[in-house]
Amino acid sequence: MLTLFLLLPLAGALLAIALPAHREGEAKIIALCFSALNLAIAVVMYVVFDRGVEGYQFVDRFEWITGADAGFSVQYVVGVDGLSAPLIVLLGLLSVVSVLVSWNIDLKPKQYFAWLLILESAVAGVFLSLDLIQFFLFWELELLPMFFLISQWGSGRRLYSATKFLLYTLAGSALMLVGFLVIGFGAHTFDIEALTKAPPQETVVPLAIVFWAIMLAFLVKLPVFPLHTWLPDAHTDAPTAVSVMLAGVLLKMGGYGILRIVLPLMPNEVHDFSKVLATIAGFSVIWGAIITLRQTDLKRLVAYSSVSHMGYVLLGVSALGPVGLSGAALQMFTHGCITGLLFVMVGMIYDRTHTREISQLRGLMHHMPLIGTVFIVAGLASLGLPAMSGFVAEITVFLGSMGPHPAATMAAVFGVVLSAGYILWTIERILHGPKTHDFHDLTDARKWWELTAMGILVVAIIGVGIWPAVLTDTVRMGIEPIAKIVEAAS
Amino acid sequence: MTFFDHVHAIGPALVCYAGAGAILSADLFHGRRAAIWGIAVLAAVGALGWTMAQAILGAEDGALSGAVRVDAFSIYLAFLIGAVLLAVVLAAREWAATIEQAAEFYALLLVSAGSMILLAQADDLITIFVALETTSISQFILAGVTRNDRSSEAGLKYLLTGAVAAAILLYGFAFLFGMAGTTSLEGIAAWVATGPEAQRLPLMLAFVLVAVGLGFKMAMAPSHAWAPDVYEGAPTLVATFLSVASKAAGFAVALRLFYTGLGGGDTIISQDWGMMFGALAAISMIVGNTGALVQTNAKRLLGYSSIAQAGNIAVGLAAVAVGSTNGPSGVLFFLGTYAATNIGAFVVVSFVTERLGSEQIEDFAGLIKRSPVAAVVLSLCLVSLTGIPPTAGFIAKVYIFNSAVQAGERWLVALVALAVLNTAISAFYYLRWVRTMLLDEPKDTTPIRAPGGTQFVLAAATVGVLFFGLDPSPLLHAAQDAAAALL
Repeated sequence: MLTLFLLLPLAGALLAIALPAHREGEAKIIALCFSALNLAIAVVMYVVFDRGVEGYQFVDRFEWITGADAGFSVQYVVGVDGLSAPLIVLLGLLSVVSVLVSWNIDLKPKQYFAWLLILESAVAGVFLSLDLIQFFLFWELELLPMFFLISQWGSGRRLYSATKFLLYTLAGSALMLVGFLVIGFGAHTFDIEALTKAPPQETVVPLAIVFWAIMLAFLVKLPVFPLHTWLPDAHTDAPTAVSVMLAGVLLKMGGYGILRIVLPLMPNEVHDFSKVLATIAGFSVIWGAIITLRQTDLKRLVAYSSVSHMGYVLLGVSALGPVGLSGAALQMFTHGCITGLLFVMVGMIYDRTHTREISQLRGLMHHMPLIGTVFIVAGLASLGLPAMSGFVAEITVFLGSMGPHPAATMAAVFGVVLSAGYILWTIERILHGPKTHDFHDLTDARKWWELTAMGILVVAIIGVGIWPAVLTDTVRMGIEPIAKIVEAAS
Repeated sequence: MTFFDHVHAIGPALVCYAGAGAILSADLFHGRRAAIWGIAVLAAVGALGWTMAQAILGAEDGALSGAVRVDAFSIYLAFLIGAVLLAVVLAAREWAATIEQAAEFYALLLVSAGSMILLAQADDLITIFVALETTSISQFILAGVTRNDRSSEAGLKYLLTGAVAAAILLYGFAFLFGMAGTTSLEGIAAWVATGPEAQRLPLMLAFVLVAVGLGFKMAMAPSHAWAPDVYEGAPTLVATFLSVASKAAGFAVALRLFYTGLGGGDTIISQDWGMMFGALAAISMIVGNTGALVQTNAKRLLGYSSIAQAGNIAVGLAAVAVGSTNGPSGVLFFLGTYAATNIGAFVVVSFVTERLGSEQIEDFAGLIKRSPVAAVVLSLCLVSLTGIPPTAGFIAKVYIFNSAVQAGERWLVALVALAVLNTAISAFYYLRWVRTMLLDEPKDTTPIRAPGGTQFVLAAATVGVLFFGLDPSPLLHAAQDAAAALL
C-alpha cells in the first residue's frame, strides 16, 4: 500500500512526459488523477491505521543492496507510525492542492507536472523510509524537482533562488550522510527500527559531533535562524504550487527527521544540547516575527512567518517531554495546512492584481469577498485563534516547554503576539480600506479548481480545530515510544 | 605450463594487438574504412570474449614466469577496459570516417587498450612499467591524431607531462627494487611484511614517487594539470578513452601495487601511504571542483570534473590502506559506474559539439528541443556524476564513503566530510549545465540526430547508469569478488 503511494506519482510523471506534444495540455489532468488517487490511498491508510498499537504498520520490506559480509547492506523498507501517518495525509492533501493551483500553467506543462509528481514521490519517500540510506536517497532526490521547478517556472531572480536552495540543502545534507555512515558503522545496521531499539553507544567520532552533523541538515530544512536565508528567496521566486509544497511538506522533512532519527538514536546528546536548541528556537520565533513585520512583499511576509512558526516545532522538540513532542508533531501538520492555504491565497491575489507589494494592495474585500474571507480564515488560524488547528498545536507546545525552558517559552509566547500583529495589520492593509479604481474589474474566485483548493484546506484547518482528537490520537501513538526513549536517557 | 597456457593468460591483450596489426596492414592495401572499423569492432569483441573464456575456464598461475596474473581482479578490469574500447569504437564510426588517419586511430586505440588489460594483469614492476609506457605512448599520439593545431598541442602537452611522470614513476620503482631486491609484487609484499623499520623513510619516498607517477594516469593531483588542456584539445572520443580507461588502469595498478605490494591495514607503512592518498584526494577534489566552477567550455569542465572524481576514488584508496574491508571493492565499483557515466557524458558531448560547431556550455541551451535523447542522457550522466539518486553515481559515492568511514579512523571521517561538501559544490556546475539543456530556450531549433553507433552506446550507458543505480548488487558482487582476489 505504501509502496503504491510512493510509486504512483512516478508512474504519473512518466505518463505525463510521454504525452504527445499536441496534447500537452492534458498533463494537468493526469497529474490531478494521480495525486487524487494518492490522496485516496493516504486517507484509506489513515482510517485503517490501528491506533491501538505502537510501532510501524503497513510495512513493506526487501533487501535492496545485499552485502552483509562487507558491512554494507541496505534495505528497502517503508512503514508508517503515528508520527508519519498524518504527514502522509498532509502530503496527499497538498499535492492535490498544488496541482489545482497550477491549472493555468501553460509553459511546458508536461515537464512541469512531471516534476511536481516526482516531488511528491520524493517527499513521500522521506516520510516513509525506515532505513537511513534509503532516507538519505529520497532526501537528495527531492532536490532535483525543486531546483528545476523554481529555476524554470519561478519569477524574479529565480535561478539565484533555486541555486541558493540547492546549495544550502546539499551542504547540510552532505554532513548528514557522514553522520549516518558513522552511526551505521557503529551499530552495524542502517535499519531505523533496529537502531531505535539499540542506539549506537561508541562511534569513531564523538556522538556530539555526529549529532550536530545530522542536526545541521534538519535545522537548515526547518529552517531556523541563522540558517533560514534560503527560504524567503525560494518562496518569493517559486511558483504558487511550489511554495505550497515547500512550506507545507518540505519544511516538515526537517522536523520529521529530528523526531524520527535524532531523538531516538541520540537521546543523550539531545539532553545535553536541549538548552541550545530551545534558545535557537525562541530566538528564531522572535527574529522571524520581527522580520515578518517589516516585509513589504506579501509572499515574503508569509515566508518569514514560516521561519517564526517552525521555531515552535523546534521548541516543542527541545522540551523533550511527551507533551512538547506531540505539540511539535501537531504544529507540523497544522502549519502545513495553514501556510499552504496562505500561499494559495497570495497566489490568487497575485494572479488578479499582478502585484505582491502590500502598499499597492488595498480594499480587496470589496472586489473579491470570497478570497478575502478565506485569507482572513487562514490568517486567524495562523495567529493561533481557538477552534482552529493552529491553536491546538501552539498551546500543546507551550504546555510542554514551559517547565523545562521558561525563558524560551516566554519569548515564543511573545512571538504569538507579534504574529497577531503582522497578520491583523496585513489584513487591515490589503483587504480593508476604501474601494480603489485600479481593481474595479477584478473577479472573485469562481473557477472550480480554485474553490476546491481553498475548500480542502479550510475544511482541514477547521476540522482539526474543532475535533483535534482525529489528529492527536494518532500522533500520540507515534510520539509515546520516542518520548519514552528520551526520558529513559535523562 | 604449456605454451597455450601462456597465450591464454594474455589472450585478450593479444587479440587487441593482432587487431591493430590487421588494421595497419589493411590500410597499407587501401582497405575500405568500413572494413577497418569492422576489424576494430571484431578485436574489441574478441578481447571481451577471451576475457569471458578466462572467467569461465580460469587460467593457471605463473604465466610468463609470474609476470602476469589472471584472477577475478584482472578479469573485472579487462571487462571494463574492453567495454570502454568497444563503446569508443562504436561511437567513432561516423567521426573517424571524416579524418584521414582513421586506421592509425583505431590501431593505436587497440594497442593502448590491449596494454591496459595487460596492466591490470601485471604482477611485476617491469611488466607494469612496460605496459604503462605502451599504453601512454599510444595515447600521446592519439591525442594528436587529427594533426590540427589544437590536437597537436594537446598531444605534445600530454607527451611532455607524461614523460616526466614516467621518469618519476621509474625512479620510485628503482627505490623499491633496490630495497626489496625483487621486482615481483609478492616478493615486495614478503619483504614489507618482515617489517624493515630502518628502511621506512626511503620506502616512503619510493611510494610518494610511485603515486605521483601513477597519478598522471588517474588525473589525480599533483599530476592533474594536463587533463583539462588535453581533454579540450584532443578529439572528444580520445578524451573519452583517456578519462575512463586510463583512469581505471591507473587505479587498478595502484590497487595492485599498494594493496598487494605494500599491504593494507597491518604493515609498517600502510598508515603512511593511506594518509598520502588522503591528502592527494583532498587536493584533487578541491582543485577539480574549484576549477570546474568557472569553466564555460564543456570539455574543460569535464576535465576538471575528472580530477575531482579521481579525488573521490582516492578516498577509497586511503580506506584500503587503513584496512577497510570493502575499500578495494569500493574503488572497483566506483570505476565501473564511472565508466558507464562518463562514456555517456563524453559521447553526447562529442557528437553534439560537432553539430553545434561550439564547445561552449551556453550553446547547449535548449538541447532537449533539438535532441531529446542527447539532452536526457547527458542530464542523467551529470546527475550521476554529482551523486544524486536514482543513478549509479549515488550508490558508488555512498559505498566508497561508507568504506572509508568503516576503516574506523577519525581522519578518514574528516576526509569523507570534505568529500561530501565537495559534492555539494560540484552540484552547482553539473546541475547548472543540466538546467541549460532542459530549460533554456535554444537559439536554433534544427534537430540534431545521434548517429547509429552512437545511439547504441548511449542506450548502453543509460541502462548502466540507471540499472546500477536501482539494482547495484550484481556489479557490487563482481567488484567484491575482484577485490577478494587481491589478497
